[in-house]
Amino acid sequence: MNLLGNVKFDFMGKRKFALIFSLVLIAISIGSIVTRGLNFGLDFTGGTSVVVNFDKIVELDAIREALESNDFIDASVQNFGSAKSVQIKFQTANGDESTKLVTQLKHIVTSLDAKALVGKGDFIGSQVGDELVEQGSLAILYAIIGILLYVTMRFEWRFSLGSVIALVHDVIITVGVFSITQMEFDLTILAALLAVIGYSLNDTIVVFDRVRENFLGLRKKTPAEVFNVSINQTLSRTIITSMTTILVLVALFVLGGAMIHGFAFALIVGIVIGTYSSIFVASTATLTLGITRKDLMPVEKEGANLDHIP
Amino acid sequence: MNQYPLWKNLLIVFVLAIGVFYALPNIYGRSAVVQTSALKEQAVNEDLLKKISDKLQAAGIEKFSTTIENNTVITKFETTVDQFKAKEILDGLTGYKSALNLKPDVPKWLSDAGGKAMTLGLDLRGGVYFLMEVDMKEALANKSNQIRGDVTQILKKAKISKKSLKWNKDRLTIKFKSKEMSDKAFDLLRKQVNEVNFKQRTIDGVEAIVGTIRQKAIDDIKTNALEQNISTIRSRVNEYGVAEPIVQRQGSERIVVQLPGVQDSTEIKETLGSVATLEYRAVDMDPAHNAYEIMQTGKHPPLGFKLYKDQDGRPVLLSKRTIVTGDQLIGATSGNDQQSGRPMVSVRLNNIGAKRMLDFTKDNVGNNMAVVFKDRVLVGKEKIVDEDTRVPTTRNIYKPRETVISNAVINGVFSDRFQTTGLESPKFASKLALQLRSGSLAAPVDIVHEKTIGPSLGKENIEKGFLSVLVGFVAVLLFMLVYYKMFGLVANIALGFNVVLIVALLSMLGATLTLPGIAGIVLTVGMAVDANVLIFERIKEEMRAGTPPKLAINAGYEKALSTIADANITTFIAAIVLFAFGTGPIKGFAVTLSIGIMTSMFTAIMVSRAIVNKIYGGKAKLKSLSI
Repeated sequence: MNLLGNVKFDFMGKRKFALIFSLVLIAISIGSIVTRGLNFGLDFTGGTSVVVNFDKIVELDAIREALESNDFIDASVQNFGSAKSVQIKFQTANGDESTKLVTQLKHIVTSLDAKALVGKGDFIGSQVGDELVEQGSLAILYAIIGILLYVTMRFEWRFSLGSVIALVHDVIITVGVFSITQMEFDLTILAALLAVIGYSLNDTIVVFDRVRENFLGLRKKTPAEVFNVSINQTLSRTIITSMTTILVLVALFVLGGAMIHGFAFALIVGIVIGTYSSIFVASTATLTLGITRKDLMPVEKEGANLDHIP
Repeated sequence: MNQYPLWKNLLIVFVLAIGVFYALPNIYGRSAVVQTSALKEQAVNEDLLKKISDKLQAAGIEKFSTTIENNTVITKFETTVDQFKAKEILDGLTGYKSALNLKPDVPKWLSDAGGKAMTLGLDLRGGVYFLMEVDMKEALANKSNQIRGDVTQILKKAKISKKSLKWNKDRLTIKFKSKEMSDKAFDLLRKQVNEVNFKQRTIDGVEAIVGTIRQKAIDDIKTNALEQNISTIRSRVNEYGVAEPIVQRQGSERIVVQLPGVQDSTEIKETLGSVATLEYRAVDMDPAHNAYEIMQTGKHPPLGFKLYKDQDGRPVLLSKRTIVTGDQLIGATSGNDQQSGRPMVSVRLNNIGAKRMLDFTKDNVGNNMAVVFKDRVLVGKEKIVDEDTRVPTTRNIYKPRETVISNAVINGVFSDRFQTTGLESPKFASKLALQLRSGSLAAPVDIVHEKTIGPSLGKENIEKGFLSVLVGFVAVLLFMLVYYKMFGLVANIALGFNVVLIVALLSMLGATLTLPGIAGIVLTVGMAVDANVLIFERIKEEMRAGTPPKLAINAGYEKALSTIADANITTFIAAIVLFAFGTGPIKGFAVTLSIGIMTSMFTAIMVSRAIVNKIYGGKAKLKSLSI
């Protein structure tokens, strides 16, 4: 089968539109992150979370009212997986207080629905949460630095910077989607973000690899034309791989259960954005940084050596 | 051209065979079992088997089987309901402990050959997770007190008089009357107290020495406190009867405890974190001293004595010197006192403790000895601001509590074995015995993260996890088959082996399978086809450019190689960073992701090429490819 084998689309000619499109997405994302913020999960905020399985459907507002009239002021109430299942989160200073409040909560909830099953309650100290935020941000930073170094070593600094711009683009927009939808942002989402970074990079590298090869082979073409040819040549691979990965992720999203719902969602968003960015953003950025054929000459030797390894 | 040398083919077959072998244990199901083992030297034999069977049958449980493995009776049940019921019944066996477990039904020949199934994480089998923080302040305070004692002793011995000696936060200040005294003391202290960094100063015109504990000494104190706590908590967990528990260090001040199968966290939490211990002290026998008067007036107790209270609030004067402390206990069992029938703990002392007890009782027959129960109570909370991050947090404030639980006449001489009565309930007695047996905590612990995963949620997670893997996997296989036909089939075979290899490696490494781990496998499946897609697209391209099929295959594989390597190495970097910085779930995901990257390189490049070679390599004239 051959769906995209002979496509000759002028990607680089459309790079102005892509630039505007990306800038708009980033502006919306940052705007939302600044104004609405993120719905951080327990991992990051600290506190206590209890999942209640009601026997009948109880309005979230009714639960909120009942909690507030019983001095649970800042509790957050949201559905968890199904309409009958509700997650209640509130701030607690320590494990002892948490245990006490969960017992209180049990009384309140059973007054709404006598058959409701109240979970044990998960508690996490706020200090642990702060550390996780710090560790998570550091992880992303170090991953980006590591990648920057490797790509600079294997290609050239413009490619490296181009791929990192694409990565930051993907991360901001994915986080932005979480801010807009107010889906819970927890530790697994952070892991998903790092996987997105790895994936999007994978995509970008494949395109760049071809660009490098074509720079040396197609000597009469301008850099923009070389990028165009390369993106077109790798397009079917880019689409097919994204499709297979998304197939699997959709299975995870639909069938994997509440615990990996957010994880799968983050990856689906990230991979769609990552695929787009490896076609438009990374190449545009590298091209704008002024890459020329000459810049790639010395690196060729290293690449040639590697090709001899079976 | 499209032929692998024989050794390469053999190597591939060999690796795949090993992979299949080690992955095999995971296809067997898991049974709900209760593992019963002896607390001490009690026999695990046919008699015990019969006793267990009888007890269970008497309770109406019919469907179960029992075997003995490694000095443990394993009772297998068909339902978890029976398993839970049985655990409660078997907890009643004195001298034995019982634990819930999910045991893989790996056949004997396979487990004998070293095959083992992956352990399931808490999120897949249910259980309790604790993250405990060791209160290092307390550990350091103990050390400061010890140093204060040492310094006082040294100065006293050298007859150096001092004006004052006190710890202010983390700084020790000793003031002297003259420069001469200060010089002399400085000399001695610098040589004898190595843990402290001393400096001479003049504070408000007074000669003084200031000292701070060296960083290395602080690190040592912390490491020791953490290690002692881990070993104490580990033995408490083992005493409790939990199958396959995990007690691990995390960072420099924290301990992770994972208890699969445990559902009620309240009680075990108390036991694990308890700092309770016993102390034995002489009772003041001087009739001239009136403990009541001292309590009411707040007068100083007589020299060498301290005022204590018993359970009913009555005052007792006890010697400041202990006869024996909890550290000297090496064994403790609970039971009922034969005479009074009241709950008691029978303890055993080590040599030093036994000698001291012997010496004391020899001289004090007819006098009283008291048993002091020491623990701590929560008295409030304080807001603190972290010095580095400026983040305010709350921390519990505890106050040590000492209660006299027994005050009895010494009837005769004894040394290493004796009983302590005066305990409020049999349950309290057995808990105390467990805590005494397992040793004491070097510093109190606070629980900073607690999570309970119910067994049904665990089951749901594993079912959903596997279902999504299966569906995603089949979807990818179908897609590849339709799109690449014969080559798609080859990629699918490679993909199948890829999953087998991932599972085999995880089992061999003894890794724990968690939900994020499953997600990692799923993601790898999606991405693993990438290498094959790259190769196949390249082959197609070559053929479009007019290259003959045989050459196209070769060129496709060769040209795609450096791209595949670059792409995978960059992803690998991300996975390593995840592993280095991640905790818990993120780590699990990183492990499967990085293993997946390595195995997918092998299967997508080498295995698929070997198969392609077998199909197309032998044909002399190849006109077209099914791609």
